[in-house]
Amino acid sequence: MMTTSAQNFRIVVAKAGLDGHDRGAKIVARALRDAGMEVIYTGLHQTPQEVVETAIQEDADVIGISILSGAHMTIFPKILQLLRSQSAQDIAVVAGGVIQATDVPKLIEMGVAAVYDAEQPLAALVAAVREHAGERRARLGLA
Amino acid sequence: MSDRERIAAERAAWEQQDVAEFARRRPERRERFETFSGEQHERLYTPADVDVDYARDLGFPGRYPFTRGAYPTMYRAQPWTMRQIAGYGTGADTNARFRYLIAQGQTGISVDFDMPTLMGYDSDDPRSEGEVGREGVAIDTVDDMDELFKDIELDRISVSMTINPTAWILLAMYVVLAQERNIPLERLAGTVQNDIIKEYIAQKEWIYPPRPAMRLVRDSILYSTARMPHYNPVNVSGYHIREAGSTAAQEVAFTLAAGMAYVEEVIAAGGSVDDFAPRLSFFFVSQIDFLEEVAKFRAARRIWARTMKEKYGARKPESMRLRFHTQTAGASCTAREPLNNIVRTTIEALAAVLGGTQSLHTNGYDEALSIPSETAMKIALRTQQILLEESGVAGTIDALAGSYAVESLTGRIERQVEEYFRQIEERGGTIACVEQGWLQQQIADSAFELARKKDAHEFEFVGVTKYRSENGKSPELDLHSVDPAWERNQIERLHRTKAARDQRAVAAALERLANAAKDERENLMPYTIDAVRARATAGEVVNTLVPLFGRYKELAIF
Repeated sequence: MMTTSAQNFRIVVAKAGLDGHDRGAKIVARALRDAGMEVIYTGLHQTPQEVVETAIQEDADVIGISILSGAHMTIFPKILQLLRSQSAQDIAVVAGGVIQATDVPKLIEMGVAAVYDAEQPLAALVAAVREHAGERRARLGLA
Repeated sequence: MSDRERIAAERAAWEQQDVAEFARRRPERRERFETFSGEQHERLYTPADVDVDYARDLGFPGRYPFTRGAYPTMYRAQPWTMRQIAGYGTGADTNARFRYLIAQGQTGISVDFDMPTLMGYDSDDPRSEGEVGREGVAIDTVDDMDELFKDIELDRISVSMTINPTAWILLAMYVVLAQERNIPLERLAGTVQNDIIKEYIAQKEWIYPPRPAMRLVRDSILYSTARMPHYNPVNVSGYHIREAGSTAAQEVAFTLAAGMAYVEEVIAAGGSVDDFAPRLSFFFVSQIDFLEEVAKFRAARRIWARTMKEKYGARKPESMRLRFHTQTAGASCTAREPLNNIVRTTIEALAAVLGGTQSLHTNGYDEALSIPSETAMKIALRTQQILLEESGVAGTIDALAGSYAVESLTGRIERQVEEYFRQIEERGGTIACVEQGWLQQQIADSAFELARKKDAHEFEFVGVTKYRSENGKSPELDLHSVDPAWERNQIERLHRTKAARDQRAVAAALERLANAAKDERENLMPYTIDAVRARATAGEVVNTLVPLFGRYKELAIF
């Protein structure tokens, strides 16, 4: 059993694009923090460049991006591309918000690690993020 | 022994004997029953729980303190306005939806703008990519607004515009459009949301820091009340505060606190309270907890009336009369089993009507999935029409008054709101609380608490946390679809307008605006009107003031 008690996993919770719905992102940020992770919440209206910059600066294990505006098919490709171009594709990118079911496989295909919605119980979400972070550490031989 | 004491004594005996004995055989389902805001739902309310002086606290509809309604006859004379919000694509796309809704019997228009328009970015701005026309209609110039309201008679139907950071610009465009159609401004009825305070604390669209942004609200209120006697220049909104996770009492408290900040801002600029206060309007959500919501609307009316009279010395009854729009709660709608949302929306709409709303938007059943399809909007509108025409609730004013439960809850919300007022005052007032992030923190705390309760099954969501069905997640729905051509079309429209305008006139108008902004006492509305008449874009107007006003940087609290 992975009882690494979150071992200082670093999670960037980001709101990308012009969308102002931050209720979910803030709840998730708090739940992750309460679970012992280091949470960096970017605040609203971040460009893809800003999100990636923050994630690299903060040495994030996971970036959680919440979008409820429908702009996810524009924003996620940019973020993934920027991560690759800066050799930071080891950072797991997970999506949350309002994402239509038909877009989920497309996001996974382009490299998003997982897509969550408001129905996900917080405990399950925290466990999933911990797993993504642990996998990233393992990939880098840091575990 | 007074009546109340006698009833209280009998109640205590009933609890000890009947209830206790019955509960031994059949225990209650929960130890504590709670409202959606986490307040206790008492087992029973009696006259002993109601501390109401009829004349002082309730009175009559259309009379101070307006607890029983804003107008003497309410829906017997004037049904609430059925105002379904709509907006997507270009002006022409949204215009088609308006005309469809009007053909179905809708009686008011409500415009939703896309994120770039809300934030003051033109459609060709790099930040707008992927967002143009998606969550609302894209409006860059007066030409777009002209298309939006094509063949709609602006002097005959009231138009509500949900726009905030750029509200003064859209209001200026509306004024120019009316003038270009030869409609006298005094005949315009409608509303611009223009509530910047709730943006910082809940809806989260902004451009400038709070203080210069308040000046723009002030300028639009002063301009509008002087020239547009039937127009509401601000719609102080609790909807977004609640949707962001607040409780019912916080919704009312923070909304009215914002209203008070606007009143103080305009008074400080020399406005007389009875000149502009009658044109202030409000906007609340109707959430799923039926009794709590009915009580909330009634409490809001009473508190506002008392505040305006006692705190600001208003003398006209119209200055004390709280009029409000209601929207059913988007946050109560679920993506699973979306047809259940029709039922939720019906309960919420009924609460709004029994709470005395002046206008109502009912959500589409697909609210949790996308912006609404035409079918979803039609059922939502029919819900209102059934309430009005069939249910009978529109015939009697404030029909739940006198209910021990409703009066008790109304009083409880009022006391809680007063306590929040005291705390806000202690921290230096509404704007100071925004700057300190205190209001934001209060809302975030309530939102987290609700999320915790959902996780712990302390509050069940049917079809989601309880009674889940296998196939609940993949409903066969015909959802609103987004056409990628909208963004291209809108950018082309913008470029056509920019190519056709007199560039020097635009530059000169923007320069006059920038100069006027330097004098805090100048009203910027006339300068903005001149600029948009010359076809300055919303983005250009916004950017003209950025060097002077700066850009808001959020306190990212969670």
